[in-house]
Amino acid sequence: MAKKVALLQGNQACAAGAVYAGCTFFAGYPITPSTEVAEELSNDLPKIGGKFIQMEDEIAAMAAVIGASLTGSKSITATSGPGVSLKQELIGYACIAEVPCVIINVMRGGPSTGMPTGPGQSDVMQAMWGTHGDHAAIALVPSTVQEIFTETVRAFNLAEKYRMPVQVLFDEIVGHMRERIVFPEPGELEVINRTAPTVSPAEYKPYDATKGQVPPLASFGSGYKFHVTGLNKAADGFPTTKAEYVDAEERRQVNKVMDNVADIESNEEYLTEDAEVLIWSYGSTARSARYAVNELRKQGIKVGLFRPVTLWPFPEKRTSELAKQCKAIVVAEMNLGQMVYEVERAAKGNCVVVHEGRVDGEPINPGQIAAKVKEVM
Amino acid sequence: MAYDYDKSIRPGKLPHIWCPGCGHGIVMKGLIRAMDTCGLDRKNTAIVSGIGCASRLPGYLDACTLHTAHGRAAAFATGVKMAKPEMTVICCGGDGDGTAIGGNHFIHACRRNIDMTYVIMNNFIYGMTGGQFSPCTPTGAKASTTPYGNPDPVFDISKLAIGAGATFVARTTAAHPREIDKLITMGIKHKGMAIIEVLDDCPTTYGRRNKFRSVVDMMKHLKANAVPAVAASKMTAEQLAGKFLTGVLFQEERPEYTAQYAEVIKKAQGA
Amino acid sequence: MSQRYELRFSGAGGQGLITAGIILAEAASIIEGKRAEQSQSYGPEARGGASKSEVIISDGPIDYPKATIVDICLAMTQEAADKYANGIKEGGLLLLDADFVKNTPQGNFKVYRLPIMRMAKEDVGREIVANVVALGAVVGMTGVVSRDAAEQAVLRKVPEAFKDLNKKAFNLGYEKGKELLN
Repeated sequence: MAKKVALLQGNQACAAGAVYAGCTFFAGYPITPSTEVAEELSNDLPKIGGKFIQMEDEIAAMAAVIGASLTGSKSITATSGPGVSLKQELIGYACIAEVPCVIINVMRGGPSTGMPTGPGQSDVMQAMWGTHGDHAAIALVPSTVQEIFTETVRAFNLAEKYRMPVQVLFDEIVGHMRERIVFPEPGELEVINRTAPTVSPAEYKPYDATKGQVPPLASFGSGYKFHVTGLNKAADGFPTTKAEYVDAEERRQVNKVMDNVADIESNEEYLTEDAEVLIWSYGSTARSARYAVNELRKQGIKVGLFRPVTLWPFPEKRTSELAKQCKAIVVAEMNLGQMVYEVERAAKGNCVVVHEGRVDGEPINPGQIAAKVKEVM
Repeated sequence: MAYDYDKSIRPGKLPHIWCPGCGHGIVMKGLIRAMDTCGLDRKNTAIVSGIGCASRLPGYLDACTLHTAHGRAAAFATGVKMAKPEMTVICCGGDGDGTAIGGNHFIHACRRNIDMTYVIMNNFIYGMTGGQFSPCTPTGAKASTTPYGNPDPVFDISKLAIGAGATFVARTTAAHPREIDKLITMGIKHKGMAIIEVLDDCPTTYGRRNKFRSVVDMMKHLKANAVPAVAASKMTAEQLAGKFLTGVLFQEERPEYTAQYAEVIKKAQGA
Repeated sequence: MSQRYELRFSGAGGQGLITAGIILAEAASIIEGKRAEQSQSYGPEARGGASKSEVIISDGPIDYPKATIVDICLAMTQEAADKYANGIKEGGLLLLDADFVKNTPQGNFKVYRLPIMRMAKEDVGREIVANVVALGAVVGMTGVVSRDAAEQAVLRKVPEAFKDLNKKAFNLGYEKGKELLN
């Protein structure tokens, strides 16, 4: 049987991906340019017995998502930059309390209200460092409508597997544009569910590191009574200020991500084998970059594209390797310079690293990137 | 025979953090008795709080307990209740947590009439941070941030809850322990949003700044100024000056939120 | 390197030009199996203002999702013509609403006029189908998708009660568009 195809907006594909991944709970607050994710899920979730709630504000939406996830529901919220700013404290809560959830950020310009209907990529550092305190982050940056679907599924998988919030960032361009999407059949994409505890309720400790780097999470209402807090805590979930517990827990929560980069990482390379200049770009800008690569190759210029799909944890190893191979790296992103600093750090002075940005509400076009490449040749 | 509170307290979690003379412990005991009276299965009971002295309460109780971020108890609890309506959900916290930083969540939880019981311990002050004024600090009172007396008007939490749409609103004080569990029991049994405001004392950060010479003075003050709502109708405005009404202040039947959403699911599924 | 064909529909918000773009992209990608991609830009207004919808059709992957050099541009209002009738390729096509665009944008492209709003109102009977008349004209002028695929895509998008109306609108636009280039 032929697979189901449709012409969908990125935001609609995101909603469809969430349902595919087994999501049963959405809480959100209206904000351009992400609203279609909420609209779709308000329609689709009750059909499968799931729940949709429009909360009184962005913070409440994040709170409800964490609350719902603690009952065992795969949970998601969708917003844009201003909303993510408001949610940051509770994103940190989900980090320290280790509650799986997915946060969609359809990026626009900024700071503040900025340009709500224009695209931007200026929340990429915020995705890592937006919440206070030490923590690890996972952020995915799809660049096509099909990839928004698959990365939303992967975001749920990573959230459940690593027991933490996972952010998916795409910009207004891919969020709103329509492309053909081929719907994967059930079972075609991997769907990971939360690991339930195997010990009895009496023995259960929600942060028991002897059960592995990611201890199993029980659900409220499943027979397990336990305590969840945003305070530093011991293995049993109760607050502690004992230095050795605090230190060990904080490190475990960062290491559970950093020790598993190979599992979390996802990159795409295009014509990098012989590249002398590398374009390092993600999301919708990487589409311009790929177009530029094709144009430049026609002119005999040895240029390639590195496109991270997992932006955080940062693709350090491969970026370092490519820096040794290339004369220069052009980091193209719709901001005034964010990931370029990470690339610079990973390049360790082995090549020139330059930035090509734009913040006027228009996408970076292929000509702009091509000109920069020629400039650094 | 002494009431057996121990079976409801998590082993090893006492002593609590509250100061001698603080009324929060009285409220906790009232909550335990109410939960027993209602026969709640603790495995299917979520107790959710924000940040502050009162918000430490869930950690001591043997249930599914969720100590969230400052002000967000009602929003977290809404997520829990929406996702698992079969659970009993109880919120607790203080006046600053619930009506200042959490004010928006408080009023909207009332508006939705989602089935939960919110026990709000109003001790007129931010205790944990050392006694700054809250929206419930009496005008003119001293707090660490009102050295010249509080210029702010006061929130009447119960009136706020009624205005926002809560369908069961009651008030009592820490000096009326039996009424605490009676009202919380009624709140738990009520299908919809129940707000139980318990006027409470903070001898450490409020009492000593405001000429209460002892905990006993504070308790006497609460007792002397509480007027049962049923009695108030026969009193003059003069007689009621400086008093606060206690007992059930408001009760009505209105569709409950998760029940309404169950209807949405039926419609979506074409039933 | 794959062949890109770029179309831009512009006019006032609420005229249905985003829908016209979506229908065309569906005709190309879902019905004809080519690659197609539709995007839009709009201001804060839900109605009025200038809006544009772009469709890129290609036989290969579409990397850059916005127009690079436009093969055909439609402008339904003066504001849209002033703002969006640019980046049209040399020898490309510009279709204007004859009644609503008085000042013709200058450039190295061919300009055509049809009274699209009037055709919708007087010949089809409902102003609301002007976007489908415009779509018909663009398909008639360019042949970028087949007449049949475009008509199918229109009919998939509209409720049963409005199928005849839209069919009439599309075919009127298609015939007039085709005539323009003859």
